[in-house]
Amino acid sequence: MTGTTERTPAAAPILELIGVSKQFSGIMAIHDVNLTVYPSEVTCLLGDNGAGKSTLIKIMSGVHQPSAGQIRIDGRRTVLSSPRVAQGFGIGTVHQDDGNLPLMSVARNFFLGREPVKGWGPVRRIDKRTATEVTMREIAALGITRVTDPNQPVGALSGGERQALAISRALYFGARLLILDEPTSALGVREAGVVLRLIRQAKSRGVAIVFITHNAHHAMSVGDRFTVLIQGEVAEQFRRGERIKEELLNLMAGGRELESMQAALEEMHEEASPTQVAGAASTTIGES
Amino acid sequence: MNPKSTARPADQPTVPSAQADIPLRDTQHPPARQPGKAVTVRPGQDPPGARLLKEAPVLLQRLMRAPELGVAVAAIVIFVFFAIVGGSKGFLSLTATASWLNTAAQLGIIAIPLGLLMISGSFDLSIGSMVGAGSVTVGIVTGYEHQSLWLALVIAAGIAVLVGLGNGLLVTRTALPSFIVSLGANLIVAGLGLTVALQMTGTTAIPVTASGFAADLFDSKWHQLSVSTFWWLGIAVAAAWVLAHTRFGNWITATGGDPEKARRAGVLTGRVTITLFIFTALSSAFVGVLQAVQYTSGDPTTGQNYVFQAAIVVVIGGVLISGGYGTILGVVLGTLVYGIVNGGLFYTGWNTNYTEVLIGLLMIVAVLTNSFLRRLALSATKKGVTR
Repeated sequence: MTGTTERTPAAAPILELIGVSKQFSGIMAIHDVNLTVYPSEVTCLLGDNGAGKSTLIKIMSGVHQPSAGQIRIDGRRTVLSSPRVAQGFGIGTVHQDDGNLPLMSVARNFFLGREPVKGWGPVRRIDKRTATEVTMREIAALGITRVTDPNQPVGALSGGERQALAISRALYFGARLLILDEPTSALGVREAGVVLRLIRQAKSRGVAIVFITHNAHHAMSVGDRFTVLIQGEVAEQFRRGERIKEELLNLMAGGRELESMQAALEEMHEEASPTQVAGAASTTIGES
Repeated sequence: MNPKSTARPADQPTVPSAQADIPLRDTQHPPARQPGKAVTVRPGQDPPGARLLKEAPVLLQRLMRAPELGVAVAAIVIFVFFAIVGGSKGFLSLTATASWLNTAAQLGIIAIPLGLLMISGSFDLSIGSMVGAGSVTVGIVTGYEHQSLWLALVIAAGIAVLVGLGNGLLVTRTALPSFIVSLGANLIVAGLGLTVALQMTGTTAIPVTASGFAADLFDSKWHQLSVSTFWWLGIAVAAAWVLAHTRFGNWITATGGDPEKARRAGVLTGRVTITLFIFTALSSAFVGVLQAVQYTSGDPTTGQNYVFQAAIVVVIGGVLISGGYGTILGVVLGTLVYGIVNGGLFYTGWNTNYTEVLIGLLMIVAVLTNSFLRRLALSATKKGVTR
């Protein structure tokens, strides 16, 4: 975190990656990555396809172990040997496919694998009343009001609502650090807006968020810290307001200021900005 | 038996909490977003069927959640049809009813665990030879070795657990299609059963000698109704309860829906699959024992008909062929349909070979109806939001 540490954050970091590298059969997927994640902040992880974002989140969520470097949680060196261990530390991951089963009901999805039960022996059964009450309460708390029937199949929900369900589930089961893998990439403009709003809400609850995206607009509208990965290495790390959008886009495109690419991107912003990120699009990165 | 419908009364108290968020609706969502309504298809761009859905979204949603409704209607219609055509010839007599119910029950005892297995996304073709294995075990143990039926039961159960475990382990460890694994198992068990029977007894129709309470468990009648019918009923109630109300039932559906996602959510998918393979093998062997005792003959070659019949009634009962959805009530109704057609045609005086034709048609219609309703209910509601 060079150049940013002097701005003392309000709280101690939840998670620190120090010099983390990962090799897969000789190929370096990520190299010497330092990343610090604070509570009540949105840490954006940006980069093009193949930049190493997925590897990095798999390390943070316990799927992979780093080949070198260390992970610290609450300041203590920790080994995240499995996703379950990571969950035990309060690290909740919402994958891009949102993990919901479309033909199962909202409440059943919410509690899948962690069903509340009552009774004992052969009459041990799912406590459906608790399941539906908690599900509806948690969803409503995130402002998702269209989902009013806990018995509705998840397949009838929109992509944004499904992401919201997954996020509220992770938060309910104790996530202090929420890793969101491309939660907005498959969504339309309005739906992405809903998910971005949820990210802000989770942040206001004191949750640390790692937000993976390759959409610079989405990153800028919610991000507090930004880490740009290029070919497995940290290309740049900065805080909100320290870069303008064009710089970010250039970084994400590989740092090369190709004139033609620039022009093409400009065109895209012109089209996207009126509907999507009206404020943040033109000037600095959303210094609000 | 549908998880959702039985859950309704208990769910009622949650309605107030769901309503508590209504004030939020206006503040959270600008008017551009149409809140509250599940279906908002853009006018002029209705996909086929969407108009229907717009007009009757509640009904369709219910249908989608209760595919057994379709098969229930089919069962009633078919029953009424045969009652009219064959009623005067004896279709409605107690004897006839008990007879087709017994046929349905034996099929149903296999179809229920197979239904659970298919909901979990796997398939078991070895049920055919497991019926034979159960039957021949009773023949050899009681008729040939003159031992008690209880011993035969223990041995048959042991073989079933072994075969089920083998199927389950192979499917979960190797990720081979269960179709292939269980097809292989079907051949192996059938071949071994035949070999053992012929080498020991020299015949494929081994006389069964069983009496007392153990025999009554498998061959007794209550007002002409075979004990098979009651076994079927008991197994159906137990399975329906497990599927709708227990954690294991939730895991069955999740495993069939998407094993990878289920695993990530903490579901022990391997355990689900292996357990269900053991139950399909156990239930098939159980039917083998039922038949051996009722027909007083142990036959290693019996039961191959069940391989397709059981799968057909599961599908007619609304279980999604790819897994992830289905109910026990549906499977039971599907089995009833089969039983009625099978038993009813005899009393019409028509060629009973039409049974297969009718069942084939019914299955195709059932699958078409179910997939249409499911697609409609899932897709059109989604469009309302993303637009």
